[in-house]
Amino acid sequence: MEVLTVNDLWVKYYTISGIVSAVSGVSFKLRKSEMLAIVGESGSGKSTLGLALLNMVPKPGRIERGEVILDGVNILKSSPREIVKIRGSRISMVFQDPFTTLDPLRKIVDQFEEFLIEHGVDKTRARSIIKEYLEAVGLPERVMYSYPHQLSGGQKQRVSIAMAIALNPQVVVADEPTTALDVIVQKQIMDLVDSIKEKYKSSIVLITHDLALALERADTVMVMYGGNIMEYAGKTELYGNMKHPYTRGLFEALPRILQKTLPKSLPGNPPDLRYPPPGCIFHPRCEFAMEKCKSEKPPLIEVSKDHIVACHLYG
Amino acid sequence: MSTIVELLDVVMDFETSSLGRKQKVRAVDRVSLRINKGEIYGLVGESGSGKSTLGRVSLRLYKPVKGKVIFENKDITYLPERVIRPLRREMQLIPQDPYGAINPAQTIGEALIEPLQVHFNTSKEEAFNRACRALEEVGLIPPEDFMDRRPMELSGGQLQRAVIARAMILRPKYIVADEPTSNLDASIRTSIIKLLLDFREKYDQSILFITHDIALLSLIANRIGVMYLAQLVEEGSVEQVIKEPLHPYTKALLSAIPLISSQIGLEKVYLKGEIGDPANPPRGCRLHPRCPLVLEECKSREPPLIEVGNGRSVKCWLYYK
Repeated sequence: MEVLTVNDLWVKYYTISGIVSAVSGVSFKLRKSEMLAIVGESGSGKSTLGLALLNMVPKPGRIERGEVILDGVNILKSSPREIVKIRGSRISMVFQDPFTTLDPLRKIVDQFEEFLIEHGVDKTRARSIIKEYLEAVGLPERVMYSYPHQLSGGQKQRVSIAMAIALNPQVVVADEPTTALDVIVQKQIMDLVDSIKEKYKSSIVLITHDLALALERADTVMVMYGGNIMEYAGKTELYGNMKHPYTRGLFEALPRILQKTLPKSLPGNPPDLRYPPPGCIFHPRCEFAMEKCKSEKPPLIEVSKDHIVACHLYG
Repeated sequence: MSTIVELLDVVMDFETSSLGRKQKVRAVDRVSLRINKGEIYGLVGESGSGKSTLGRVSLRLYKPVKGKVIFENKDITYLPERVIRPLRREMQLIPQDPYGAINPAQTIGEALIEPLQVHFNTSKEEAFNRACRALEEVGLIPPEDFMDRRPMELSGGQLQRAVIARAMILRPKYIVADEPTSNLDASIRTSIIKLLLDFREKYDQSILFITHDIALLSLIANRIGVMYLAQLVEEGSVEQVIKEPLHPYTKALLSAIPLISSQIGLEKVYLKGEIGDPANPPRGCRLHPRCPLVLEECKSREPPLIEVGNGRSVKCWLYYK
């Protein structure tokens, strides 16, 4: 059963120096209690896509085209009043930096309560929700009465997660939720995200630059480059059967422990999205590029069941 | 094997003040280590472990409160700046954030020419030529295209190359690389590492490589030191430390790496909670509140750094005989 369907989504930023095509025709479906990892490097459009899922792309960005259908409703067509209600209650977001998402001047309980009351929860019920969800993310009750600076990075990220799940949304979008944290805390937070997925049957969109993390944690993985989907497959299928040269390049760039050879790196730089290259957006960095790749954009091809690749090698 | 840098029982304190209350934070607590000539010594730990501070002490950018810093058999701990300055060109720092490393108002050319003029009094023309060659050496080609650009006009990877060019232009013998690739995308990370390794080979350099990425260290380092809350808790050759980690903290670090942790047949250790406050470290062993293997004595007595043979040492009561 799908909880979220994205159809042909296009997002552009209208900057002074030019029009940046951040997301170019992305479509996918998210099932109930599925964790989808969106993997990409800086400039891949993964964070913009995450924001677009909540109809929250900041200016000068604009969603040009497409649909984000949550529970049968295209939220890109929702009125500003409706969308405020939907955010946080039916689809919510956890950001990378737990140090800036919380108001430094207010106690956790006050911020949390305000958020719940804005969504129509009454005050007594709000208190019990706060207690319940702080406990669910493994925080002691006293955290309620703390200010953000009294908490560690990991604790703050737990608070953000508690707020993101408190109204039991169908979808939680987590944009690099562990990137600002140390490895051991990263693991603790990802274990927490896993347990939430199990317990509340939430669907999770994990946005990350780390292919290893995606392959370890997610159910399905979508690899993005320059605003386009390069490859999409179930985790096990992708791990055993990587097709796209970019996905393989990312995988080969991961350090393998104790091998005496360095991981490979991809030559060249990410594309300037004001002037994206014609044809396949990856062709200037691709070692398998053919003539066709320079002029013709490869379509998304289903190479096996639910495994999709945008590459002329498989066309 | 001869030594390039030796740290003896180094202690480094910082004073912080919060709401008018002064507090002493011990960022490095009695750490001794030796970096051999031609070696890459990997220093690993989480934020707050003191690894970056220790790196800067080894360059004598900080003067330690106690202990000694020996560079090429010379005690440089208490030398005045005027005497240290000529040594500075032999030791260089490559920091994590390249945008903070070069003055944003300077052009790349100016940033490269300046150290040559300060240290060698090189003529303008000669310095310009050498700066161009240095940019070529790090792959910023053609160099003329980069000389007049300012830091903001370069990508992160390009700027990190320029920072490396500037550090290397003085032909240093000792490099402290402090997380030089952690702000970069995976696809370009390796090319930066390769660049550092090529320089080391070519100019016979020794490197202290500071990182939180123990998997990366396993590929490039000769020896590894693990720091936790201002102290060195384990040290040994890279094979020993990765294949057979002894300290519960090292095991936890290895257990936390996605994907890799399940591929090496390793006893997994999971820690509770987070690294403590360096201003207020726990009594006894500093890891004891988080350690799943805690013993009674860990709570009250600090373990010594125990030599377990083959140049390995570990600061843990489990190995005390």
